[in-house]
Amino acid sequence: MKINMSHGSGGKQTGDLINQIFLKHFDNNILNRLEDAAVLDIKGKIAYTTDSFVVTPLFFNGGDIGKLAVCGTVNDISMMGAIPKYLTAGFIIEEGAEIEDIDKIALSMKLAAEEAGIKIVAGDTKVIEGHGGIYINTSGIGEIAKEGISISSCQKGDAIILSGNLGDHHAAIMSGRMEIENNIKSDCAPLTSIVKNLIESNIDVHCMRDVTRGGLATVLNEISSASSCGVEIYEAVLPISNEVKGFCSILGLDPLYMANEGKMIAVVPDNQAETALQAVRKSKYGENAQIIGRVVDGSGVTMVTTLQGSRILDVLYGEGLPRIC
Amino acid sequence: MKTLESIKRELKEYDGKDIKIMEVCGTHTSSIFKNGIRSLISSRIQLISGPGCPVCVTASSYIDRLLEYALKDNHCVLTFGDMMKVKGSKLSLTEAKAMGGNVKILYSPLSAIKAAIKSPDTQFVFAAVGFETTAPIYALMMEEIIKNGIKNLRLMTSIKTIMPAVSYICVNEENIDAFLCPGHVSVITGSSLYREMALKYRKPFVIGGFDGEHIIAAIYEIVRQISSKEYDMKNMYQSAVSSEGNQKAKALIDKYFEVADDYWRGIGIIKDSALRLRPEYKDFDAGSTTSEDVDITPPGCKCTDVILGRITPAKCPLFGGACTPLNAVGPCMVSSEGACGIWYRNSEV
Repeated sequence: MKINMSHGSGGKQTGDLINQIFLKHFDNNILNRLEDAAVLDIKGKIAYTTDSFVVTPLFFNGGDIGKLAVCGTVNDISMMGAIPKYLTAGFIIEEGAEIEDIDKIALSMKLAAEEAGIKIVAGDTKVIEGHGGIYINTSGIGEIAKEGISISSCQKGDAIILSGNLGDHHAAIMSGRMEIENNIKSDCAPLTSIVKNLIESNIDVHCMRDVTRGGLATVLNEISSASSCGVEIYEAVLPISNEVKGFCSILGLDPLYMANEGKMIAVVPDNQAETALQAVRKSKYGENAQIIGRVVDGSGVTMVTTLQGSRILDVLYGEGLPRIC
Repeated sequence: MKTLESIKRELKEYDGKDIKIMEVCGTHTSSIFKNGIRSLISSRIQLISGPGCPVCVTASSYIDRLLEYALKDNHCVLTFGDMMKVKGSKLSLTEAKAMGGNVKILYSPLSAIKAAIKSPDTQFVFAAVGFETTAPIYALMMEEIIKNGIKNLRLMTSIKTIMPAVSYICVNEENIDAFLCPGHVSVITGSSLYREMALKYRKPFVIGGFDGEHIIAAIYEIVRQISSKEYDMKNMYQSAVSSEGNQKAKALIDKYFEVADDYWRGIGIIKDSALRLRPEYKDFDAGSTTSEDVDITPPGCKCTDVILGRITPAKCPLFGGACTPLNAVGPCMVSSEGACGIWYRNSEV
């Protein structure tokens, strides 16, 4: 069955949609009260963020828009050294969307939220004219477990740890759009386990950042600029799967500028780098972690290439489009 | 046999006469940056970008024709992303789209066929831009259009051939000492044409692959030839390039396209430098490039000098100031394969 404008009327069909899909999957004692707003217990400082998700295709190898909408916000909260607690979800659905797809997306959100330990406590649904598109906004809050983590706290000599392979999400989405068959899966995942292990290992983490749109090169430039420092990374140790490497070389894409949805960098003091690396590697989704570089004097981001040449990495300009020749 | 390390050392310590090497292809330009090749060789060896970006050499009047279709009722322009931001005489396709024009970005030419079948009431115009590398795919597209009896999809081609442009540079630009020739164009064209050019113009023509090691090896071969006053074609991409090229692809191109004179943005008319749909397929031609195309060069823009290897992008007075990838004045800054855009993104000023 497809969504039509009456599903957004606020009447019977809206109620059915909420009961039969969202309440069924998101089921928890705060949401189930169906008050105008969720009433929450929170201790101390909170991290609070929001993100909107407009990905096409809605379903891709390794995930879907629902999983992405939960993990995206969970990861942004986590990067501030916080434990994700509560999430809201707003759906903007175009008429013509399949109700079965919405059910699958909601189920996927429930599973991702369970894994990340976050409750979906409030929501909203709107239906607009269109061609079956689905867009989701999530916002979330978490309790700060370690204070002082900031993009501007990196110091000269710090080690930079990357939690795993680059480019998987971007390559999976591009493959979906271009109808290219391969085994590349999106890395979409919550980074909660990695963050928890870093904090529990008493690592004095200076900065954490999830490596999403703009890719690693853009994130490292943000660090360089906010912390007024240089960054040097080593191409030879960057974790990238052979399949993604091949995909990129055919299409003229650069993994350093490709989006990820389950990868982060942690900037830690040099003398704790090995301990931190082991903490990340023993975490779920951190097994391919590597120390990829250092914070150095100067400004900007430089990569020592496999050939031992030097390459300056700027931020991403425009969109990473496949080349035509 | 020399090791990579000893080759790198020799190139770094080279102190012979200054050598200017033109890399013809944008993919080489990009790989030179990605591998930090300039930091590995002596400053006496200069790497200069050539005309190897199809978007950069396509005339502005061609883009104007695309814009007309984009803004026409019941029409849709299908294009690769690279073409979106290049300005015609006034607007770009991105701007036409914002004005309500119907423009869709494709990732593969064959998805144009699907689009045409799905929307039979829309007239589709496909912007078929590229070099020899892309031509076989456009020929395949023609096969599919004809096989499926598709009447609502036409091609507007701007397909250039690289060899006449390289000849043009050999004749008109004396400052280039050697050419690093593109591996993937050579896969189609074969290497024998380069030998004729090497002997005729007495310059090394070395065909190289796109990995850093391939490029280093090709530069080393060029330096070796110049130092020993040899001038020949050397194919260092033999795994993929044969002397006669890909005969099957050539036959397919030949079935649908003929060689014609063409207008190159920034250069002018180059004889026999385009592949154009044969007259028997004129019903599928939505207004392909000809030698009568024209160009509007924005004031101050030095794309011509960049394409012909007279200056590096950083020497253009607009570079990095008035002209950046987010606000591009000339076509070389717009395209991901354009020399100025590659230089800017890699900050090697």
